[in-house]
Amino acid sequence: MNRSTIDLWVGVFVAAGFGALLFLALKVGNLASFTTNEIYEVKANFANIGGLKVRAPIKSAGVVVGRVGAISFDDQSYEAIVTMNLDSEYKFPRDTVAKILTSGLLGEQYIGLEAGGDSKMLANGDRLQLTQSAVVLENLISQFMFNKAAEGKDSSK
Amino acid sequence: MHDSNIVEVENLWFGYDPRQPVLRDVSVSIPRGKVVGIMGQSGCGKTTLLRIIGGAHMPTRGGARVLGALTHDLDRDGLYAMRRKMGMLFQFGALFTDMTVYDNVAFPMREHTDLAEEQIHDLVMMKLQAVGLRGAAGLVPSELSGGMARRVALARAIALDPQLMLYDEPFAGLDPISLGVIGRLIRQLNDSLGATSIIVSHDVAECLDIVDHLYFMADGRVVSEGTPQSVRDSREPFVDQFVHGKPEGPVPVNYPAPPYDADLELSGD
Amino acid sequence: MPISSFRETDLADGALRRFFERLGSQVTARVWRLGFASRFLGYMVLHSGTALRRFPLTIREIYFAGVLSLIIILVSGLFVGMVLGLQGFNTLERYGSSEALGVLVALSLVRELGPVVAGLLFASRAGSAITAEIGLMKATEQISAMEMMAVDPIARVVAPRFWGGVISMPLLAALFSAMGIFGGYLVGVKLIGVDEGAFWSQMQAAVDVREDIVNGVIKSFVFGIAVSWIAVFEGYDAPPTAEGVSGATTRTVVTSSLAILALDFILTALMFTGGNGR
Repeated sequence: MNRSTIDLWVGVFVAAGFGALLFLALKVGNLASFTTNEIYEVKANFANIGGLKVRAPIKSAGVVVGRVGAISFDDQSYEAIVTMNLDSEYKFPRDTVAKILTSGLLGEQYIGLEAGGDSKMLANGDRLQLTQSAVVLENLISQFMFNKAAEGKDSSK
Repeated sequence: MHDSNIVEVENLWFGYDPRQPVLRDVSVSIPRGKVVGIMGQSGCGKTTLLRIIGGAHMPTRGGARVLGALTHDLDRDGLYAMRRKMGMLFQFGALFTDMTVYDNVAFPMREHTDLAEEQIHDLVMMKLQAVGLRGAAGLVPSELSGGMARRVALARAIALDPQLMLYDEPFAGLDPISLGVIGRLIRQLNDSLGATSIIVSHDVAECLDIVDHLYFMADGRVVSEGTPQSVRDSREPFVDQFVHGKPEGPVPVNYPAPPYDADLELSGD
Repeated sequence: MPISSFRETDLADGALRRFFERLGSQVTARVWRLGFASRFLGYMVLHSGTALRRFPLTIREIYFAGVLSLIIILVSGLFVGMVLGLQGFNTLERYGSSEALGVLVALSLVRELGPVVAGLLFASRAGSAITAEIGLMKATEQISAMEMMAVDPIARVVAPRFWGGVISMPLLAALFSAMGIFGGYLVGVKLIGVDEGAFWSQMQAAVDVREDIVNGVIKSFVFGIAVSWIAVFEGYDAPPTAEGVSGATTRTVVTSSLAILALDFILTALMFTGGNGR
């Protein structure tokens, strides 16, 4: 087994290995979609973010237009501050509404953007004014029970 | 302490376990340019002594001064510098099995010198010619006989023209012709290189033929020494038993055991 | 039958005590050996200059550890992927989610099976070969001969084999995963008939480069270091006899496999639970 044959095969092996890694990154993973695009940051406050996680998708009309960049807490207003990284390709008006929605019944939570009608567009560093917090299941249930109880009292009058 | 001694071992004590010494109070001097033999029974410590001279172990007490420096005082770089001036032939050759004969002999040259490949080629051919195996340069160690492998190892050991050659049982297991060849080579190379050689062996006939001086060891001590002639004529009981291969003498042949009839259960209950 | 005399309880105490003494000494012996192995690793890394400066030495070891393992890795990867395709489809179909087959195959391979199974195969094939080779060199005094020729055997023989293994392992794991996904594709799309578009698009949506693929590569890198370290150490420390070398080879495979599984648990716990979201 002489040197040049060994070198050849090692070269083939390393090239194949990197090829496999590239295949995994591009064809299997989502490298092609988001990390290459330019983004701009927009912040939004929520009373309750529920189960929203960093890197959760931000969708508008069902299309992914960005990812959640960071989540932090404002201890002045006691609200959650979500930093959204939006794809620079997509511009949204200043009065866009951000809602925290659930995919499916009990699935992952994501942010849905509903565009408003303002002529001025959001820029990097802007803050969304209108938000709707996540639906918390316990609150929903207790509200339902409360309504049921109130109905019962009404009908018994 | 003579400056003309390449190796001076003084009151050396050594044991792998310090409580069980393998070498006891050993003192040996190897003069420059001589071929010296160290002989004794298997397990008497002669190979261990050789390894200490090569710097492989730290003595428990005393020391070995080799080529001017105390082996246990040297740091790694110093030890490696000392070893570059030495050559060692291991008992079964210890050739690198994944390389050809040529690459084996070229190994020390490639590792320690900056010579160009053409110069290395000439040197390798010279060394192989000296041991009579120039034509075997392309073979691999698995294709060599025992005697040939040992000669290639010898060529590798002299690759950098060492000042001190150490031989660990160079005659073990060889046929009579190879025995004679190796013995003659050891003597010739020593004289032509102007080197000093230490041979550890228990082949009496070959050693008496080629050495200038002999040391005898038993139980980790030096028990006798002398020139080949004085050894042949010696009446000392140990030397006599060893040199003439007698079963009776100071060295016990049987392993210590309880009385024979006890083992055979001849003494009735 | 006489009641337990003083002598019998004495014996029982002795046996129990001997058991604990042996246990303690075995544990101390193992801990001592681990310390020795760590010093060995440190020394080898510090003296890796030769392996890097004379890179053909390392290339030769990449050949013996990596290239010669290609066949077993690729074939195993293919089969594992195909089995994932079959089993995955069986289970997903029950919940009407058979289109998520691509996601199942890809995530299983990239996160876990790729690094772990490739690591286990590498330990058995290349790790044992490295241990045997170094052990035999020690038994035939080639290592001592090198020392006497003033060449550091750890730098010249051990380090290139270590780095060859470390470089080969992530590449082999990636090839295993890629081959497995291909196998899952063959079975799922071509054989069973899952929609090809759904297979790939759902996979791409679910597999994240940073979280899944990079973590998988990190795992295989860590496994590579562990297996290569164990293989070269066991070879270098093997008693220079036939039993010694065979015992060392066995120990390499067993210890490497256990190390891979244990490290996999630790890394998975760190990567796939703690780091993900708040």
